This record gives sequence, C-alpha cells and structure tokens, in this order.
Amino acid sequence: MSQSKGLPPFELMLDRHGPAIHRFLVARVGADRADDCFQETMIAALRAWEGVRDRAKLRSWLFTIAVNKANDSHRAAARAPVPDDGIEARAAAPGSDPVFERVGGGSADPVWDAVGLLPDKQAAAVTLRFRGDLTHREIGEVLGMSEDAARRNVFEGLKRLRADHAERIRDERTV
Amino acid sequence: MNALSENDAGAAYPGWERLRAGVIERGEAEGLIEIAFESHDSPFGRILVGASGQGLVRVALPEEDEEQVLEDLARRASARIGRLPRPVLTAARTQLDQYFAGDRHLFELDLDWRLTKGFRRDVLRQTAHIPYGVTASYAEMAERAGRPRAVRAAGSALATNPLPIVIPCHRVLRSDGSTGAYLGGPEMKVALLEMERGAGGAERG
Repeated sequence: MSQSKGLPPFELMLDRHGPAIHRFLVARVGADRADDCFQETMIAALRAWEGVRDRAKLRSWLFTIAVNKANDSHRAAARAPVPDDGIEARAAAPGSDPVFERVGGGSADPVWDAVGLLPDKQAAAVTLRFRGDLTHREIGEVLGMSEDAARRNVFEGLKRLRADHAERIRDERTV
Repeated sequence: MNALSENDAGAAYPGWERLRAGVIERGEAEGLIEIAFESHDSPFGRILVGASGQGLVRVALPEEDEEQVLEDLARRASARIGRLPRPVLTAARTQLDQYFAGDRHLFELDLDWRLTKGFRRDVLRQTAHIPYGVTASYAEMAERAGRPRAVRAAGSALATNPLPIVIPCHRVLRSDGSTGAYLGGPEMKVALLEMERGAGGAERG
C-alpha cells in the first residue's frame, strides 16, 4: 500500500491498521468503551478521507484521530456518574476474546492500569509504542512533538513503570 | 492473489470481522461509501465485483490481483471503497453463477461505464451486443464502433475492459481465427468460448 500513489482504498486501510488502533484504544479507554471509540475513529477518518495526501503519514494521522477520540471518551466518562455495574459490564464483554480478557474493563491488566497512572504524554507515548507499534517519529507526529521528545517520553514512562513495579514487589514481600 | 483474506492484519485479530463490519455498515448508512465490492468463487477462481450507486463498475477475474484492482478503483473512481453487500452485487453474483452453469445467456444489470471513455467505450458498448455463442473479430469491432482502421485501438479497448464476462470481450477473436489475449488468461477465454458453444448448441438443438 505504501508504494502506491494517491488515496488508499478505505477498506485496505481498515484491514491493515484497524487491529493496531483497536488494541491501542483497549489499552487507553478499556474494552468496554474501545469498540465505540474505534467506530468513531474510523468514521471520522472516512469522512475526511479525501484529506489523506501523504501515505507515509497515514498511520500517524489515524492514531491522531484515535488519541482525540480516546480523550473525548475520557472526558465524557469523567462527566457521567459512575454506574455501579462494573462486574456485570465486564462479564458481558466478549469473554472468548483474549484481548478483552487480558485488558478487561480497563482494570483486569495491572500493567495497563499502571500506564494509565503515568503523566498524560508518557502514558500516550508508551501506549502508542507498545499497543500501536508506532515508530518514535510517528509518535512525535501524533503527539505534536519531536522524534527525540517522543523517544524521551517513552523512555521516562518505562523507567517509571519499572520503578513502580519494583516498589510493588518490595511491598508484597514485606507483607 | 487474494490479498484481502490472506495478507490482512485483521484476519488474526479477535472479533475483527464484527468491528470491521460495524464501521463499513455505518459508513454505508451515512452515505460515506462510494464503491462496494465482494468476491465470490467461480469455476475459474475468485471473481471480484464492484458497484457504485449507478451500477456495476468493475468485474475482476481470478488472474487479477484484488489489492491492485482496489488501488486502481481508488485512483480512477473513488477511494471510498468498502467490502459490503449491495443489491446490484447480489444480482451480479446470481447472474454470474447462472452464466457459469450455462443457464444465462444475457446479463441484466445496471452498469456504471465510468472506467472507460471515448472510442474505447464505443467499442465496449458494441461488444455488449455480441450474442451468446457468437464471435467477432477485432477488425469488425473497430468498424462497428465507427473507426474501421483503428483495429489496434479496438484491441486495447477490449484488453482494458473493466467489466469482463458481463461485457463479453472473450467473444472477440483475431481476424485469422486465433483466440488472442484475455484478461483472465487465454485458457479462460478458450474455456468460456467452448462452454458457450456447447450450451448454446444444445439449446438450439
């Protein structure tokens, strides 16, 4: 797809980049809200499809939309009262999907919960790197920073996760 | 050949088909998809059919690479392309199945001619009138399209037919009677002509 000129066929983009974007959204907003966020992201991309000029930047353009939709979802969730249906909602999520089981309703996977507690830029950079498989240059394009700054945010985020993890293990041992 | 079912990252992702279909169906409901396509099995291999709102715009034979066909549609028609059912695609599938079974001699489908222009379109419109089981020469097609000396141009019109089988370019042969080239490969051309001779002859008694 990257060798061809002009606009890519929407369906080919969807099949090629969709899974990475969904995986990224599961890590950012949890499995319960990821499907809606994913559909909003892809419909927004389809609406603006004629705006794609540079195929080399297609992936970072798509992830920019996904980051914005995840932020919208966080804001909406912060405004809404927290429903007391956490357990049912998680039980209702497609249980046969290993992805959903691992990440659950945003709290089944301690690693991605810990990522959520990082400063925003570090959390976004780490998630884009390890759930979206983006390069540091692409992460920079998505988050509006230089490639070096993107690399630093990933590095600092990981350093902090390692420190927190070591601390938790120490705590568990002393109990 | 079948890029969309073998090479896509989606095939291995849990729940992917549901997610994919959700996006494409909503895109269609909101009028954001211009070209719909499907692929079906035929006795010759997988055939892709594509349709715009005006009608059938593309038939791609098994020899053609699906990904290249979609890239070409994106360049020449619209990049708002999605794999989804539409009535004209269902009708095309049914009529192609009937044709391959020897049960249909004429296609009744709305066609979108946008992928061909000028003299090439004239040649293909004339080609659409060649009856089942009958053949014509490249020279005859050039003449019927109004430019008897443009035999070579008639040949390239037929070689770039966006709607093979439905517009029966396989019924056009060289003046010396040899089969000539075909989008789906020369063997497929020979097989189609033999099938039409057999089925047509049997029916006419």
